[in-house]
Amino acid sequence: MSILIGRQTRLVVQGITGREGEFHSRQMLDYGTNVVAGVTPGKGGLTALDGRVPVFNTVAEAVRETGANTSCIFVPAAGAPDAVLEAVGAGIATVFCITEGIPALDMLPTVEVVRQAGARLIGPNCPGATSPGQAKVGIIPGSIHRQGTVGVVSRSGTLTYEAVQAMTDAGIGQSTCVGIGGDPIIGTTFLDVLQLFAADPETEAIVLIGEIGGSAEEEAAAWAAEHLRGVPMAAFIAGRTAPEGKRMGHAGAIISGGRGTAAEKVAALEAAGIRVASSPTELPALLREAGYRG
Amino acid sequence: MKIQEADAKSLLLAQGLPVPEWSVARTPAEARAAAERFFAAGAGSVVIKAQVLVGGRGKAGGVKLASTPAEAEAVAERILGMSIKGIPVRKVLVATAAVIVKEYYLGAIIDRASRRIVVMASAEGGVEIEEVARANPEAIHRVSAHPLLGLFDYQARELAFGVGLGPHLKSFVRIAKGLVATMKANDADLVEVNPLAIVRETGPEGPVERLACLDAKITLDDSALVRHPGLEELRDLDEEDPADAEARHHDISFIHLDGSIGCMVNGAGLAMTTMDLVKRAGGEPANFLDIGGGAKADRVAAAMRLILADPKVDAILVNIFGGITRGDEVARGLIEARARQAREVPMVVRIVGTNAEEAAQLLREAHFETAASLDEAAEKAVAAARAVAAARAAAGAAATATGGAA
Repeated sequence: MSILIGRQTRLVVQGITGREGEFHSRQMLDYGTNVVAGVTPGKGGLTALDGRVPVFNTVAEAVRETGANTSCIFVPAAGAPDAVLEAVGAGIATVFCITEGIPALDMLPTVEVVRQAGARLIGPNCPGATSPGQAKVGIIPGSIHRQGTVGVVSRSGTLTYEAVQAMTDAGIGQSTCVGIGGDPIIGTTFLDVLQLFAADPETEAIVLIGEIGGSAEEEAAAWAAEHLRGVPMAAFIAGRTAPEGKRMGHAGAIISGGRGTAAEKVAALEAAGIRVASSPTELPALLREAGYRG
Repeated sequence: MKIQEADAKSLLLAQGLPVPEWSVARTPAEARAAAERFFAAGAGSVVIKAQVLVGGRGKAGGVKLASTPAEAEAVAERILGMSIKGIPVRKVLVATAAVIVKEYYLGAIIDRASRRIVVMASAEGGVEIEEVARANPEAIHRVSAHPLLGLFDYQARELAFGVGLGPHLKSFVRIAKGLVATMKANDADLVEVNPLAIVRETGPEGPVERLACLDAKITLDDSALVRHPGLEELRDLDEEDPADAEARHHDISFIHLDGSIGCMVNGAGLAMTTMDLVKRAGGEPANFLDIGGGAKADRVAAAMRLILADPKVDAILVNIFGGITRGDEVARGLIEARARQAREVPMVVRIVGTNAEEAAQLLREAHFETAASLDEAAEKAVAAARAVAAARAAAGAAATATGGAA
């Protein structure tokens, strides 16, 4: 098993004929993901990826014709919120939005509509997710993974690759790796993903990779303290040296008014009994120390 | 992006909020001329406020009253000669000093946890909201705007009654909704009026009390600036490090820090982590730098120029985890940049992921110092910076010794 994506995933890629969309769709297909459709308004009837994937004008049409149940969005920021709404309107249950640079105020009504529809949005500004051996959705390099039983959830992209590579090198495989995105307003939080991992019989341990800004790590830690006793966990928090009041690349990575510091997050995680690594390379050892035997 | 008080007030005014008239002066003479106009219009005294993008202006002596044009000129001269938290004051705002009956706080933020616009009010005006939140959290009243329909009148009324502004109910409701309207019209992530004040004015039928926005703080969502070309002009280039503009031009995310180890990384989380590991290895990062996804040789070269423009940089650490970014592209960029760079600085390069092997070969042929792991790269960079600093100290000592002997 896994969470969010797996063998049951039937993926439609919104923006499949764009440069990024096409490149990553090919990678997803090569990884074994069931990419069933692409959507580019005005290019319906064509095919993408050397004739391997049919292109539709609308997501609704793609769903009708191919039974797509998951979407991955590579649409530029100006049109990305609309792409999310289109996917949800077409009945897609799980939407990954890779797009970076969407204004925060655009996301407030968008996440609300997603919530009301009972769908799930991951991102925006996220690298996607991989369930090793089953499917990958988004831009995470498939080569870093190894199939296993550790769930990984992170706000970052390349930092996640670093941590996952370290785990794979140490022989620790993953059930699903999820990048939830670096923006202040995102559809799925650490807490949401922890709840999914908790309900997944194949996930035996969890790695959480956070960073400065907001309080999502603290909320996740509080929940974990109560509900994940006995589940081996380890964490890493980026930004211990970040100055106050500066956005560290990610729109959501900012310490403001003295809140959202790495120190606060580390303290909250440790108070919940979760060891926090001082380098991503230490995560495998910390998982072992926390009792992970996989 | 932060904008100056005067610009923030313009944005509030555009939404119909009650903001008393002001003027911006860059010289003491301009401040005097502005003050003369306010005195001629009946002002008892004027307030002169430093325009800098940092908090705590009042405590730093950057906000003063004056009761004559001559005094306004003298006060403006003093404030224009100051630096506040390291930032030289280049302009002041001049306005009629309001007769304040009572001050309040009113602010709108984008709340991450609830994914709503939250409007906050408190009767403790003039104090930073973070301070109130720490010392007296129950003094802050909050309501969440509906994500699709916005702030309702009744929510604004709740705030008004909560902070004791019942007598000014209609005006307060207009202002609270105006804050949310200002936020939406400009894609702001923060709009603060602190203080929002009851001010006493002399009307045709004697004294009247009304609400006025006496200060304004707005930060704009950087991601939305592309659709507000007019707002980009509010960027205060006077207060910006020239390196920031250069970085923006090349789509590089760059923040200058105080250390001696320049960092070039792809991805924000990994860039922060690289800084943290430099610190853990005993060094201090000179910058945060994310070259972004899919960076090509020219962006790598631009990043190198940004890092080397800082004279404090004694070593450079390059850490690339290739996904969309191709390692060989970065390696080529580094080789090109090093060939053209003005000063020789030791560099430690670690490239893994997409096309890492091609990158390794290129770097080997060009005799770059490389590292396999991130931890090792950080340690090597710190050691290299220490060696440079030690050599400089020895050269300095030798020069002093020679000088002493002569």
